[in-house]
Amino acid sequence: MKILIVDDFSTMRRIIKNLLRDLGFTNTAEADDGVTALPMLQSGSFDFLVTDWNMPGMTGIDLLRAVRADERLKQLPVLMVTAEAKRDQIIEAAQAGVNGYVVKPFTAQVLKEKIDKIFERVNG
Amino acid sequence: MEHKEPHMTDLESSLKTHARSLMESLECGNFSGAIEVIHDLNKARDQGLYHEVGKLTRELHNSIVNFQVDLSGSHAAEVSEISDASERLNYVVRMTEKAANRTMDLVEESAPLVNEIGSESRALSADWARFMRREVGADEFRELAKRIESFLEQSDRDSSKLSAHLNDILLAQDFQDLTGQVIKRVTSMVTEVEQNLLKLVCMASQIDRYTGIQHDHDELRAEQKQQKEPSRGEGPQIHADKREDVVSGQVDVDDLLSSLGF
Repeated sequence: MKILIVDDFSTMRRIIKNLLRDLGFTNTAEADDGVTALPMLQSGSFDFLVTDWNMPGMTGIDLLRAVRADERLKQLPVLMVTAEAKRDQIIEAAQAGVNGYVVKPFTAQVLKEKIDKIFERVNG
Repeated sequence: MEHKEPHMTDLESSLKTHARSLMESLECGNFSGAIEVIHDLNKARDQGLYHEVGKLTRELHNSIVNFQVDLSGSHAAEVSEISDASERLNYVVRMTEKAANRTMDLVEESAPLVNEIGSESRALSADWARFMRREVGADEFRELAKRIESFLEQSDRDSSKLSAHLNDILLAQDFQDLTGQVIKRVTSMVTEVEQNLLKLVCMASQIDRYTGIQHDHDELRAEQKQQKEPSRGEGPQIHADKREDVVSGQVDVDDLLSSLGF
């Protein structure tokens, strides 16, 4: 299981990386916005994408749309972990095809729940 | 040409007098007199305008001085208050980032120690239980005794390391005091800037009154709305509990998503 973590703050990437490692996901890579993440996804056989929304360059929502528009990536499970908390934004992400949505600040428990749920659905 | 700078009230009273004499001239059929009055009216209005523009310029200058924005660029060494505030906020970002990384370093160093103590004590417990049930031979017991001895020594070393790490984690939170002070100062500066800006807006509205400029507020608002890009993101919501259009936590997010069929 190879996971790409996209967030413009290195500390947040590190927190997510540590939590994922605790959950048994040790194969992770990092990107600081959509512009650097997209080519990594296109060339790197990732199984899962965890992305922030608000980032310079390309935002998480635009990255999600780019992933869904890419023939080879459109099935990739995407979990959004973000401080964006407007109802309209959550609906926008759902319509763009997000698989899970976690609002910051979040707990390890919530992250685990959402990831489990996504894989249950993907595998089931 | 009047040299006395007319005041607001001066201008208004002068407008009234001129209006009256304009009516009188027109009623008497004195058209050249009327034209002259209109000319005087224009002059009075222009003078009021010049006066207000002059005042505005002076106040603008004062406000710029208040903002301590360095427009001339000749005092490059003097830091303006605005760029000083940006510097301070950058300091907050640096400090919080450093503290977060320091804390995570220490947690990452501590986790394997705790895991090792846990797994070794579990293994020893199992063997100790076997010894208590008299299932351990003499050679194996010597081996077990050695392992217990080294585990005790290791636990002692690791627990002092862990306690030092915990102390360092505690100390890494000292940024809160420093960044708190910095943010309070920047907040008070922003309030000051806001008040000065408000003064500028009031002055500008006086100019509008003199010149008769009308702004289409609805159009301005519509323009502002258009400029907002929802997909850029807004960052954390500060008053999430008081706003209808914002979720107040993960439970709300889950409810909203399940109502959408997730």
